[in-house]
Amino acid sequence: MNFKSKWYLAAVAIAMLVSVVCTGCKKKNADVFPASGAVAGWEKTSDTRTFAAKDLWQYIDGDAEQYISAGVVSTSTSDYKYQGQLEATVDVYTMKDEAGARTILEKGQSKDAQAQQLGDAGVAYAQSVIFRKGPALVRITAYEAAPNAQAAMLGLAHGVEAKL
Amino acid sequence: MKNRREFLKDAAVGAVLMSAQSKLGLAATTAAKSKVVVARDAALHDASGVLDGKRVQALLDRAIATYTGHDKAVAAWKSIVPVGKVIGLKVNGLGGKGIHTHYELIMAVCERLQEAGVKPSEIIIWDRDAHHLQSCGLTISTDPGKIRVIGNDVAGYEEEGVAFGSAVNVKLAKILSRECAMVINLPILKDHELAGVTFSMKNMYGVVQKPYELHAAGCNPAVADLNCIPTVRQKVRFTIGDAMSSVYDGGPGFHPERLWQPNALIVGEDRVAVDHTAWQMIERKRAEVGMPTLEAANRPPRYIVTAADNAHGLGTNDPQRIHLLEV
Repeated sequence: MNFKSKWYLAAVAIAMLVSVVCTGCKKKNADVFPASGAVAGWEKTSDTRTFAAKDLWQYIDGDAEQYISAGVVSTSTSDYKYQGQLEATVDVYTMKDEAGARTILEKGQSKDAQAQQLGDAGVAYAQSVIFRKGPALVRITAYEAAPNAQAAMLGLAHGVEAKL
Repeated sequence: MKNRREFLKDAAVGAVLMSAQSKLGLAATTAAKSKVVVARDAALHDASGVLDGKRVQALLDRAIATYTGHDKAVAAWKSIVPVGKVIGLKVNGLGGKGIHTHYELIMAVCERLQEAGVKPSEIIIWDRDAHHLQSCGLTISTDPGKIRVIGNDVAGYEEEGVAFGSAVNVKLAKILSRECAMVINLPILKDHELAGVTFSMKNMYGVVQKPYELHAAGCNPAVADLNCIPTVRQKVRFTIGDAMSSVYDGGPGFHPERLWQPNALIVGEDRVAVDHTAWQMIERKRAEVGMPTLEAANRPPRYIVTAADNAHGLGTNDPQRIHLLEV
Protein backbone atom coordinates (compact mmCIF):
# COMPACT_ATOMS: atom_id res chain seq x y z
CA MET A 1 0.00 0.00 0.00
CA ASN A 2 1.50 3.29 -1.09
CA PHE A 3 1.53 6.59 0.84
CA LYS A 4 -1.50 8.03 -1.06
CA SER A 5 -3.60 4.97 -0.40
CA LYS A 6 -2.85 5.11 3.30
CA TRP A 7 -3.96 8.70 3.47
CA TYR A 8 -7.07 7.83 1.48
CA LEU A 9 -7.97 5.00 3.86
CA ALA A 10 -7.32 7.23 6.86
CA ALA A 11 -9.63 9.90 5.42
CA VAL A 12 -12.37 7.33 4.77
CA ALA A 13 -12.02 5.99 8.31
CA ILE A 14 -12.31 9.49 9.80
CA ALA A 15 -15.34 10.25 7.63
CA MET A 16 -17.00 7.01 8.78
CA LEU A 17 -16.25 7.82 12.40
CA VAL A 18 -17.73 11.30 12.06
CA SER A 19 -20.76 9.82 10.34
CA VAL A 20 -21.28 7.27 13.13
CA VAL A 21 -20.89 9.94 15.81
CA CYS A 22 -23.35 12.29 14.08
CA THR A 23 -25.85 9.51 13.49
CA GLY A 24 -25.52 8.64 17.16
CA CYS A 25 -26.38 12.22 18.10
CA LYS A 26 -29.49 12.17 15.95
CA LYS A 27 -30.59 8.81 17.26
CA LYS A 28 -30.13 9.93 20.83
CA ASN A 29 -32.32 12.96 20.14
CA ALA A 30 -34.99 10.94 18.38
CA ASP A 31 -34.90 8.22 21.03
CA VAL A 32 -36.27 10.63 23.60
CA PHE A 33 -39.65 10.06 22.01
CA PRO A 34 -41.30 6.79 23.00
CA ALA A 35 -42.19 4.55 20.10
CA SER A 36 -45.78 3.52 19.45
CA GLY A 37 -46.96 1.18 22.15
CA ALA A 38 -43.99 1.86 24.44
CA VAL A 39 -46.34 3.76 26.72
CA ALA A 40 -49.74 2.10 27.10
CA GLY A 41 -52.33 3.59 24.77
CA TRP A 42 -49.99 6.02 23.01
CA GLU A 43 -49.14 5.88 19.34
CA LYS A 44 -46.46 8.07 17.77
CA THR A 45 -48.16 9.58 14.74
CA SER A 46 -45.48 11.72 13.11
CA ASP A 47 -41.81 11.78 12.38
CA THR A 48 -39.74 13.74 14.82
CA ARG A 49 -38.80 17.19 13.60
CA THR A 50 -35.74 18.87 15.08
CA PHE A 51 -34.90 22.57 14.93
CA ALA A 52 -31.58 24.15 15.84
CA ALA A 53 -31.87 27.35 17.89
CA LYS A 54 -31.35 29.53 14.82
CA ASP A 55 -34.21 27.77 13.02
CA LEU A 56 -36.65 27.60 15.90
CA TRP A 57 -38.69 30.45 14.41
CA GLN A 58 -39.73 28.02 11.67
CA TYR A 59 -41.52 25.97 14.29
CA ILE A 60 -42.94 28.78 16.37
CA ASP A 61 -42.11 32.27 15.18
CA GLY A 62 -42.58 34.79 17.95
CA ASP A 63 -42.23 32.23 20.73
CA ALA A 64 -38.70 31.26 19.77
CA GLU A 65 -37.04 34.29 21.37
CA GLN A 66 -37.87 33.34 24.95
CA TYR A 67 -36.29 29.93 24.44
CA ILE A 68 -33.25 31.42 22.72
CA SER A 69 -32.84 33.87 25.60
CA ALA A 70 -32.93 30.94 27.99
CA GLY A 71 -30.23 29.15 26.01
CA VAL A 72 -32.06 26.62 23.85
CA VAL A 73 -29.72 24.47 21.79
CA SER A 74 -32.30 22.48 19.85
CA THR A 75 -35.97 21.58 19.88
CA SER A 76 -37.53 18.32 18.80
CA THR A 77 -41.21 17.70 18.36
CA SER A 78 -43.45 14.79 17.57
CA ASP A 79 -47.18 14.11 17.48
CA TYR A 80 -48.95 11.37 19.40
CA LYS A 81 -52.41 9.93 19.70
CA TYR A 82 -53.93 8.27 22.75
CA GLN A 83 -56.26 5.32 22.22
CA GLY A 84 -56.81 6.48 18.65
CA GLN A 85 -58.57 9.67 19.76
CA LEU A 86 -56.76 12.19 21.92
CA GLU A 87 -54.15 14.07 19.89
CA ALA A 88 -51.11 15.53 21.60
CA THR A 89 -47.73 16.99 20.78
CA VAL A 90 -44.51 16.38 22.67
CA ASP A 91 -41.91 19.15 22.49
CA VAL A 92 -38.45 18.56 23.92
CA TYR A 93 -36.33 21.68 24.33
CA THR A 94 -32.67 20.91 24.98
CA MET A 95 -31.23 23.89 26.76
CA LYS A 96 -27.60 24.81 27.33
CA ASP A 97 -27.97 24.10 31.03
CA GLU A 98 -30.46 23.31 33.77
CA ALA A 99 -30.98 26.98 34.58
CA GLY A 100 -32.45 27.59 31.13
CA ALA A 101 -34.97 24.78 31.57
CA ARG A 102 -35.89 26.13 35.00
CA THR A 103 -36.40 29.64 33.61
CA ILE A 104 -38.92 28.47 31.02
CA LEU A 105 -40.76 26.15 33.40
CA GLU A 106 -41.18 28.80 36.09
CA LYS A 107 -42.02 31.61 33.68
CA GLY A 108 -44.95 29.85 32.13
CA GLN A 109 -46.72 28.69 35.29
CA SER A 110 -50.17 29.90 36.20
CA LYS A 111 -52.10 29.56 39.44
CA ASP A 112 -53.87 26.36 38.45
CA ALA A 113 -50.63 24.44 37.90
CA GLN A 114 -50.54 21.15 39.82
CA ALA A 115 -47.05 20.09 40.96
CA GLN A 116 -46.02 16.63 39.76
CA GLN A 117 -43.26 14.16 40.56
CA LEU A 118 -41.63 14.36 37.17
CA GLY A 119 -37.94 14.82 36.41
CA ASP A 120 -36.37 17.57 38.50
CA ALA A 121 -39.67 19.50 38.63
CA GLY A 122 -42.94 19.37 36.79
CA VAL A 123 -46.48 20.67 36.62
CA ALA A 124 -49.71 19.52 35.04
CA TYR A 125 -52.83 21.25 33.81
CA ALA A 126 -55.99 19.72 32.42
CA GLN A 127 -54.53 19.63 28.89
CA SER A 128 -50.79 19.96 29.32
CA VAL A 129 -47.85 18.61 31.26
CA ILE A 130 -44.52 20.41 31.54
CA PHE A 131 -41.39 19.21 33.29
CA ARG A 132 -37.66 19.64 33.28
CA LYS A 133 -34.86 17.15 33.77
CA GLY A 134 -31.31 18.41 33.63
CA PRO A 135 -31.05 20.72 30.63
CA ALA A 136 -34.21 19.30 29.01
CA LEU A 137 -37.60 20.96 29.15
CA VAL A 138 -40.51 18.82 28.01
CA ARG A 139 -43.97 20.09 27.14
CA ILE A 140 -46.83 17.74 26.31
CA THR A 141 -49.97 19.40 24.99
CA ALA A 142 -53.31 17.76 24.28
CA TYR A 143 -55.65 19.32 21.75
CA GLU A 144 -58.92 18.61 23.40
CA ALA A 145 -60.31 18.44 26.87
CA ALA A 146 -61.00 14.88 27.94
CA PRO A 147 -61.57 13.41 31.39
CA ASN A 148 -58.59 11.08 31.04
CA ALA A 149 -56.29 13.55 29.26
CA GLN A 150 -54.14 14.52 32.21
CA ALA A 151 -53.60 10.97 33.42
CA ALA A 152 -52.76 9.85 29.89
CA MET A 153 -50.29 12.71 29.40
CA LEU A 154 -48.62 11.97 32.72
CA GLY A 155 -48.09 8.42 31.54
CA LEU A 156 -46.47 9.67 28.36
CA ALA A 157 -44.42 12.17 30.33
CA HIS A 158 -42.98 9.40 32.47
CA GLY A 159 -42.17 7.54 29.25
CA VAL A 160 -40.23 10.53 27.94
CA GLU A 161 -38.56 11.13 31.31
CA ALA A 162 -37.22 7.59 31.34
CA LYS A 163 -35.49 8.24 28.04
CA LEU A 164 -33.86 11.53 29.01
CA MET B 1 -36.08 56.53 -5.43
CA LYS B 2 -37.93 53.80 -7.25
CA ASN B 3 -36.47 52.53 -10.50
CA ARG B 4 -38.64 52.18 -13.61
CA ARG B 5 -39.22 48.50 -13.03
CA GLU B 6 -40.40 49.07 -9.48
CA PHE B 7 -42.58 51.93 -10.59
CA LEU B 8 -44.25 49.88 -13.31
CA LYS B 9 -44.71 47.00 -10.88
CA ASP B 10 -46.40 49.24 -8.34
CA ALA B 11 -48.50 50.86 -11.07
CA ALA B 12 -49.66 47.46 -12.27
CA VAL B 13 -50.56 46.44 -8.74
CA GLY B 14 -52.38 49.72 -8.27
CA ALA B 15 -54.38 49.28 -11.48
CA VAL B 16 -55.54 45.85 -10.46
CA LEU B 17 -56.44 47.14 -7.04
CA MET B 18 -58.30 50.15 -8.26
CA SER B 19 -60.50 47.69 -10.04
CA ALA B 20 -60.86 45.59 -6.89
CA GLN B 21 -61.46 48.66 -4.77
CA SER B 22 -64.22 49.98 -6.96
CA LYS B 23 -65.82 46.57 -6.75
CA LEU B 24 -65.64 46.72 -2.98
CA GLY B 25 -67.42 50.01 -2.86
CA LEU B 26 -67.22 49.94 0.91
CA ALA B 27 -64.95 52.94 1.41
CA ALA B 28 -64.66 52.18 5.11
CA THR B 29 -61.30 53.92 5.45
CA THR B 30 -62.31 57.07 3.60
CA ALA B 31 -65.48 57.60 5.56
CA ALA B 32 -65.44 59.61 8.76
CA LYS B 33 -65.46 56.42 10.74
CA SER B 34 -63.98 52.99 10.12
CA LYS B 35 -66.56 50.27 10.29
CA VAL B 36 -65.75 47.17 12.34
CA VAL B 37 -68.25 44.38 12.89
CA VAL B 38 -67.98 42.01 15.83
CA ALA B 39 -70.37 39.13 15.32
CA ARG B 40 -70.90 36.66 18.15
CA ASP B 41 -72.64 33.37 18.72
CA ALA B 42 -72.39 31.98 22.24
CA ALA B 43 -73.50 28.54 21.01
CA LEU B 44 -70.74 28.25 18.41
CA HIS B 45 -69.04 25.46 20.35
CA ASP B 46 -70.94 22.49 21.73
CA ALA B 47 -70.53 21.25 25.30
CA SER B 48 -67.42 19.27 24.39
CA GLY B 49 -65.85 22.28 22.68
CA VAL B 50 -66.44 21.18 19.11
CA LEU B 51 -67.19 23.95 16.64
CA ASP B 52 -70.49 23.79 14.78
CA GLY B 53 -69.76 24.39 11.08
CA LYS B 54 -73.32 25.46 10.25
CA ARG B 55 -73.30 28.05 13.00
CA VAL B 56 -69.94 29.33 11.75
CA GLN B 57 -71.44 29.80 8.29
CA ALA B 58 -74.42 31.62 9.77
CA LEU B 59 -72.15 33.80 11.89
CA LEU B 60 -70.06 34.68 8.85
CA ASP B 61 -73.20 35.57 6.89
CA ARG B 62 -74.41 37.80 9.72
CA ALA B 63 -71.06 39.55 9.97
CA ILE B 64 -70.78 40.16 6.24
CA ALA B 65 -74.40 41.23 5.88
CA THR B 66 -73.94 43.75 8.67
CA TYR B 67 -70.72 45.03 7.19
CA THR B 68 -71.93 45.39 3.62
CA GLY B 69 -75.56 46.22 4.24
CA HIS B 70 -76.64 43.40 1.93
CA ASP B 71 -78.96 40.81 3.43
CA LYS B 72 -78.33 38.27 0.70
CA ALA B 73 -74.98 36.55 1.05
CA VAL B 74 -74.29 36.45 -2.70
CA ALA B 75 -74.92 40.16 -3.12
CA ALA B 76 -72.82 40.89 -0.06
CA TRP B 77 -69.87 38.90 -1.31
CA LYS B 78 -70.18 40.33 -4.80
CA SER B 79 -69.70 43.74 -3.23
CA ILE B 80 -66.46 42.58 -1.66
CA VAL B 81 -64.56 40.55 -4.24
CA PRO B 82 -63.57 41.41 -7.80
CA VAL B 83 -64.74 39.17 -10.63
CA GLY B 84 -62.26 37.03 -12.53
CA LYS B 85 -59.36 37.74 -10.20
CA VAL B 86 -57.42 35.44 -7.94
CA ILE B 87 -58.41 35.79 -4.29
CA GLY B 88 -55.96 34.74 -1.60
CA LEU B 89 -57.03 33.62 1.85
CA LYS B 90 -54.15 34.18 4.26
CA VAL B 91 -54.77 31.87 7.18
CA ASN B 92 -52.69 31.34 10.31
CA GLY B 93 -51.57 27.93 11.52
CA LEU B 94 -48.45 29.01 13.35
CA GLY B 95 -49.79 28.02 16.76
CA GLY B 96 -50.25 24.42 15.64
CA LYS B 97 -53.27 22.20 15.97
CA GLY B 98 -54.50 23.89 19.13
CA ILE B 99 -54.87 27.47 17.96
CA HIS B 100 -55.24 28.31 14.28
CA THR B 101 -57.67 29.81 11.80
CA HIS B 102 -60.57 27.41 11.99
CA TYR B 103 -61.15 25.06 9.08
CA GLU B 104 -64.90 25.70 9.32
CA LEU B 105 -64.40 29.42 8.74
CA ILE B 106 -62.02 28.88 5.82
CA MET B 107 -64.51 26.54 4.18
CA ALA B 108 -67.41 28.93 4.83
CA VAL B 109 -65.52 31.75 3.09
CA CYS B 110 -64.64 29.49 0.16
CA GLU B 111 -68.27 28.49 -0.24
CA ARG B 112 -69.51 32.07 -0.29
CA LEU B 113 -66.76 33.17 -2.67
CA GLN B 114 -67.80 30.49 -5.12
CA GLU B 115 -71.47 31.42 -4.81
CA ALA B 116 -70.43 34.97 -5.64
CA GLY B 117 -68.86 33.76 -8.88
CA VAL B 118 -65.25 33.18 -7.92
CA LYS B 119 -64.05 30.00 -9.58
CA PRO B 120 -62.29 27.37 -7.45
CA SER B 121 -59.19 27.91 -9.55
CA GLU B 122 -59.25 31.56 -8.48
CA ILE B 123 -58.98 30.80 -4.78
CA ILE B 124 -55.67 30.22 -3.01
CA ILE B 125 -55.56 29.34 0.67
CA TRP B 126 -52.10 29.93 1.95
CA ASP B 127 -49.72 30.29 4.86
CA ARG B 128 -46.01 30.01 5.41
CA ASP B 129 -45.64 26.27 5.05
CA ALA B 130 -47.36 22.95 4.75
CA HIS B 131 -47.25 22.26 8.49
CA HIS B 132 -49.11 25.47 9.26
CA LEU B 133 -51.76 24.70 6.67
CA GLN B 134 -52.16 21.16 7.92
CA SER B 135 -52.52 22.52 11.45
CA CYS B 136 -55.64 24.28 10.17
CA GLY B 137 -56.97 20.91 9.05
CA LEU B 138 -56.25 21.62 5.39
CA THR B 139 -54.86 19.23 2.82
CA ILE B 140 -52.21 20.56 0.47
CA SER B 141 -53.52 20.90 -3.08
CA THR B 142 -51.59 22.26 -6.02
CA ASP B 143 -54.12 21.29 -8.70
CA PRO B 144 -54.60 24.54 -10.70
CA GLY B 145 -58.19 23.58 -11.55
CA LYS B 146 -59.27 23.41 -7.91
CA ILE B 147 -58.97 25.55 -4.81
CA ARG B 148 -55.25 25.61 -4.16
CA VAL B 149 -53.89 25.06 -0.68
CA ILE B 150 -50.24 25.87 -0.80
CA GLY B 151 -47.48 27.21 1.41
CA ASN B 152 -44.74 29.69 0.75
CA ASP B 153 -42.33 26.79 1.24
CA VAL B 154 -43.50 25.48 -2.13
CA ALA B 155 -44.50 28.67 -3.98
CA GLY B 156 -41.39 30.56 -2.92
CA TYR B 157 -40.41 34.16 -2.25
CA GLU B 158 -39.35 37.02 -4.47
CA GLU B 159 -35.60 37.27 -4.90
CA GLU B 160 -35.69 41.05 -4.87
CA GLY B 161 -36.40 42.66 -1.54
CA VAL B 162 -38.77 45.56 -0.90
CA ALA B 163 -38.74 48.02 1.98
CA PHE B 164 -40.64 50.49 4.09
CA GLY B 165 -39.07 52.09 7.16
CA SER B 166 -37.57 49.47 9.42
CA ALA B 167 -38.78 46.62 7.22
CA VAL B 168 -35.86 46.39 4.85
CA ASN B 169 -34.99 43.84 2.18
CA VAL B 170 -38.31 42.12 2.75
CA LYS B 171 -38.78 39.23 0.38
CA LEU B 172 -42.47 38.75 -0.19
CA ALA B 173 -44.25 35.49 -0.85
CA LYS B 174 -44.84 35.02 -4.56
CA ILE B 175 -48.40 33.97 -3.83
CA LEU B 176 -49.00 37.50 -2.63
CA SER B 177 -46.85 39.39 -5.12
CA ARG B 178 -47.65 37.40 -8.28
CA GLU B 179 -50.79 35.33 -7.85
CA CYS B 180 -53.34 37.23 -5.81
CA ALA B 181 -55.23 40.33 -6.94
CA MET B 182 -56.82 40.63 -3.53
CA VAL B 183 -56.21 38.97 -0.20
CA ILE B 184 -58.78 38.31 2.49
CA ASN B 185 -56.92 38.14 5.75
CA LEU B 186 -58.08 35.33 8.05
CA PRO B 187 -55.97 35.69 11.20
CA ILE B 188 -56.56 34.01 14.54
CA LEU B 189 -56.67 36.20 17.65
CA LYS B 190 -53.83 35.54 20.09
CA ASP B 191 -51.76 37.08 22.80
CA HIS B 192 -48.18 37.50 21.56
CA GLU B 193 -45.05 37.20 23.66
CA LEU B 194 -43.26 39.94 21.71
CA ALA B 195 -45.89 42.08 20.00
CA GLY B 196 -48.58 41.94 22.70
CA VAL B 197 -51.34 40.91 20.35
CA THR B 198 -51.34 39.18 16.99
CA PHE B 199 -54.27 39.51 14.63
CA SER B 200 -54.76 41.30 11.31
CA MET B 201 -51.55 43.25 10.73
CA LYS B 202 -49.25 40.82 12.50
CA ASN B 203 -50.57 37.99 10.32
CA MET B 204 -48.57 39.54 7.49
CA TYR B 205 -45.43 38.11 9.06
CA GLY B 206 -46.47 34.97 7.30
CA VAL B 207 -46.00 36.56 3.87
CA VAL B 208 -42.30 37.33 4.29
CA GLN B 209 -39.32 35.05 4.09
CA LYS B 210 -37.60 36.05 7.34
CA PRO B 211 -40.18 37.22 9.87
CA TYR B 212 -37.71 36.90 12.73
CA GLU B 213 -35.87 39.92 11.32
CA LEU B 214 -38.94 42.01 12.19
CA HIS B 215 -39.09 41.17 15.90
CA ALA B 216 -37.10 44.01 17.45
CA ALA B 217 -38.70 46.32 20.02
CA GLY B 218 -41.94 44.41 20.32
CA CYS B 219 -42.31 44.27 16.52
CA ASN B 220 -42.73 48.03 16.52
CA PRO B 221 -42.60 49.73 14.09
CA ALA B 222 -41.96 46.63 11.96
CA VAL B 223 -45.58 45.43 11.87
CA ALA B 224 -46.78 48.84 10.72
CA ASP B 225 -43.90 49.20 8.28
CA LEU B 226 -44.54 45.80 6.75
CA ASN B 227 -48.19 46.63 6.20
CA CYS B 228 -47.13 49.84 4.45
CA ILE B 229 -45.22 47.98 1.76
CA PRO B 230 -47.38 48.75 -1.29
CA THR B 231 -48.13 45.17 -2.26
CA VAL B 232 -49.25 44.33 1.29
CA ARG B 233 -51.12 47.57 1.85
CA GLN B 234 -53.01 47.44 -1.41
CA LYS B 235 -53.74 43.77 -1.89
CA VAL B 236 -54.63 42.78 1.67
CA ARG B 237 -57.85 44.70 1.84
CA PHE B 238 -60.28 42.86 4.01
CA THR B 239 -60.04 41.05 7.34
CA ILE B 240 -62.34 38.34 8.55
CA GLY B 241 -60.70 37.80 11.89
CA ASP B 242 -61.18 34.52 13.70
CA ALA B 243 -61.85 35.17 17.37
CA MET B 244 -63.87 32.02 17.85
CA SER B 245 -61.06 30.65 20.02
CA SER B 246 -58.10 32.54 21.39
CA VAL B 247 -55.24 32.47 23.88
CA TYR B 248 -55.14 35.45 26.24
CA ASP B 249 -51.61 34.80 27.46
CA GLY B 250 -48.54 32.80 26.49
CA GLY B 251 -49.08 33.20 22.75
CA PRO B 252 -48.43 32.88 19.94
CA GLY B 253 -48.00 29.20 20.79
CA PHE B 254 -50.83 27.04 22.07
CA HIS B 255 -51.26 26.96 25.82
CA PRO B 256 -54.54 25.20 26.55
CA GLU B 257 -54.58 26.55 30.09
CA ARG B 258 -54.93 30.05 28.59
CA LEU B 259 -57.43 29.12 25.90
CA TRP B 260 -60.81 30.79 25.80
CA GLN B 261 -63.66 31.02 23.38
CA PRO B 262 -64.82 34.54 22.54
CA ASN B 263 -67.04 32.90 19.88
CA ALA B 264 -66.65 35.92 17.61
CA LEU B 265 -65.65 37.10 14.17
CA ILE B 266 -64.13 40.56 13.76
CA VAL B 267 -64.62 41.98 10.29
CA GLY B 268 -63.41 45.14 8.63
CA GLU B 269 -61.29 46.85 6.01
CA ASP B 270 -59.43 49.12 8.40
CA ARG B 271 -56.76 46.79 9.72
CA VAL B 272 -55.79 49.18 12.51
CA ALA B 273 -59.36 49.50 13.75
CA VAL B 274 -59.77 45.73 13.56
CA ASP B 275 -56.58 45.16 15.56
CA HIS B 276 -57.51 47.80 18.11
CA THR B 277 -60.88 46.12 18.62
CA ALA B 278 -59.24 42.70 18.96
CA TRP B 279 -56.69 44.02 21.44
CA GLN B 280 -59.49 45.36 23.67
CA MET B 281 -61.12 41.94 23.57
CA ILE B 282 -57.92 40.34 24.91
CA GLU B 283 -57.55 43.03 27.58
CA ARG B 284 -61.10 42.43 28.80
CA LYS B 285 -60.40 38.72 29.12
CA ARG B 286 -57.11 39.31 30.95
CA ALA B 287 -58.90 41.62 33.38
CA GLU B 288 -61.64 39.03 33.89
CA VAL B 289 -59.11 36.37 34.95
CA GLY B 290 -57.12 38.83 37.05
CA MET B 291 -54.13 39.20 34.77
CA PRO B 292 -52.26 42.47 34.31
CA THR B 293 -52.87 44.57 31.23
CA LEU B 294 -50.45 44.15 28.37
CA GLU B 295 -49.13 47.60 29.23
CA ALA B 296 -48.41 46.42 32.78
CA ALA B 297 -46.86 43.26 31.35
CA ASN B 298 -44.55 45.57 29.39
CA ARG B 299 -45.74 44.43 26.00
CA PRO B 300 -48.60 46.58 24.79
CA PRO B 301 -49.12 46.30 21.02
CA ARG B 302 -47.45 49.62 20.25
CA TYR B 303 -47.45 48.85 16.56
CA ILE B 304 -51.20 49.58 16.49
CA VAL B 305 -50.54 53.18 17.52
CA THR B 306 -47.69 53.41 15.03
CA ALA B 307 -49.85 52.07 12.22
CA ALA B 308 -52.35 54.86 12.86
CA ASP B 309 -49.81 57.68 12.83
CA ASN B 310 -49.41 60.10 9.96
CA ALA B 311 -46.29 58.39 8.66
CA HIS B 312 -48.18 55.14 8.16
CA GLY B 313 -51.81 56.12 7.79
CA LEU B 314 -53.03 52.55 7.75
CA GLY B 315 -56.22 53.29 9.64
CA THR B 316 -57.46 54.53 12.97
CA ASN B 317 -57.06 53.35 16.54
CA ASP B 318 -59.23 56.17 17.85
CA PRO B 319 -62.40 54.66 19.36
CA GLN B 320 -64.27 57.83 18.42
CA ARG B 321 -63.50 57.12 14.78
CA ILE B 322 -64.36 53.45 14.86
CA HIS B 323 -67.94 52.59 14.04
CA LEU B 324 -68.21 49.40 16.04
CA LEU B 325 -71.20 47.23 15.24
CA GLU B 326 -71.75 44.30 17.59
CA VAL B 327 -74.23 41.75 16.35
